[in-house]
Amino acid sequence: MPLDSSSAAAPAPDLPTSAPPGLIALFLAFAKMSLAGFGGVLVWARRGIVEQHRWMTADEFNETFALCHFLPGPNIVNLTFVFGSRFRGLAGAIAAFAGLVGPPVVIVTVLAALYQRYGEIDALRRILAGVSCAAIGLLIATVFRMMLPLIKRRDLVGLMILAVVFVAIGLLRLPLPAVLLVATPISFVITFVMRRTGAT
Amino acid sequence: MNSDANPLLALAWTFGLMSLFAVGGASAAIPEMHRIAVDVQHWLTEKQFADVYAISQLSPGPNVLIVTLIGYSVAGIAGALVATLSMCVPTAMLAYYVSRLLKRSSDARWPALIQAALVPLSIGLMGASGFILARTSDRTVAAALVTAGAAVLASMTRLNPLWMLLAGGCLGFAGLIG
Repeated sequence: MPLDSSSAAAPAPDLPTSAPPGLIALFLAFAKMSLAGFGGVLVWARRGIVEQHRWMTADEFNETFALCHFLPGPNIVNLTFVFGSRFRGLAGAIAAFAGLVGPPVVIVTVLAALYQRYGEIDALRRILAGVSCAAIGLLIATVFRMMLPLIKRRDLVGLMILAVVFVAIGLLRLPLPAVLLVATPISFVITFVMRRTGAT
Repeated sequence: MNSDANPLLALAWTFGLMSLFAVGGASAAIPEMHRIAVDVQHWLTEKQFADVYAISQLSPGPNVLIVTLIGYSVAGIAGALVATLSMCVPTAMLAYYVSRLLKRSSDARWPALIQAALVPLSIGLMGASGFILARTSDRTVAAALVTAGAAVLASMTRLNPLWMLLAGGCLGFAGLIG
């Protein structure tokens, strides 16, 4: 796997990056980030990769994350995979992925087994009901934070697309593939035209 | 574990396909998971789905692990593994190839354009996730207040989300949510 580091778009590094990590280091680093990450790993991944280990500069991290955000699938899994492959090819990707997903899968499977056996116990049901109410609040807060840039930019088109998708999926309960097959091209054309004409 | 239609195949097909449409990550795919797991395949009840979501939020690790829990309830440990790998591997491979492709071309304009076009879609999907989950879980005024309180606290402060989940659990245990 060639380590091609000469991308024309790569910005000048603002921090010295340290030596490329080995497979075991990748596995351990991602296991640690993952186990620290309650309610999302992204914050910890950023902290670990950019600040702690200095494996990437902040700009490189943002670029890689942007790529993984616009591709489908769990973003942080994509990021882990791409990140691992940058340093050690496919083996690095697998090591980082195993670190990210392995230990929490074990934990979650144990919890699932406990839930299946004890899920009917009244106290546990009440606790889970409370936790899920709070968890939904956290999700709504994330949505709000992601919407803020659109609101600040007065991006009416973006907000309208957002609202249409919300209604189609949340209220009408249409299947996701159908909605995306219609909404994605429309959003693309509108965004492209808006950028062309310079309007925002 | 051997029913007439192999549940492992159903899981692999369902989540493998879903991952390709999961624009904006696992949270954005929750309405689709709910639609398939509860309405189409009847793997889980409404209540079980809400519980599974709560457990996935209580556990460390990426949000995508909700599919591990769905897989487990369908087909045990094998189901958990199949669901997790089906949801992660296809798109990870896609990301791997696309990132190598992009490194070769210097055209950095396309990712920005694609991202700008997809961001509203993924926010809309996540909003729908919140709405669908809230409709299941927030059946009482107290429950809705806990959700609203957590939403406001998480929007306004940098408090670790785990504290809010624990607070919700305590309120639930005390019987205040019903």
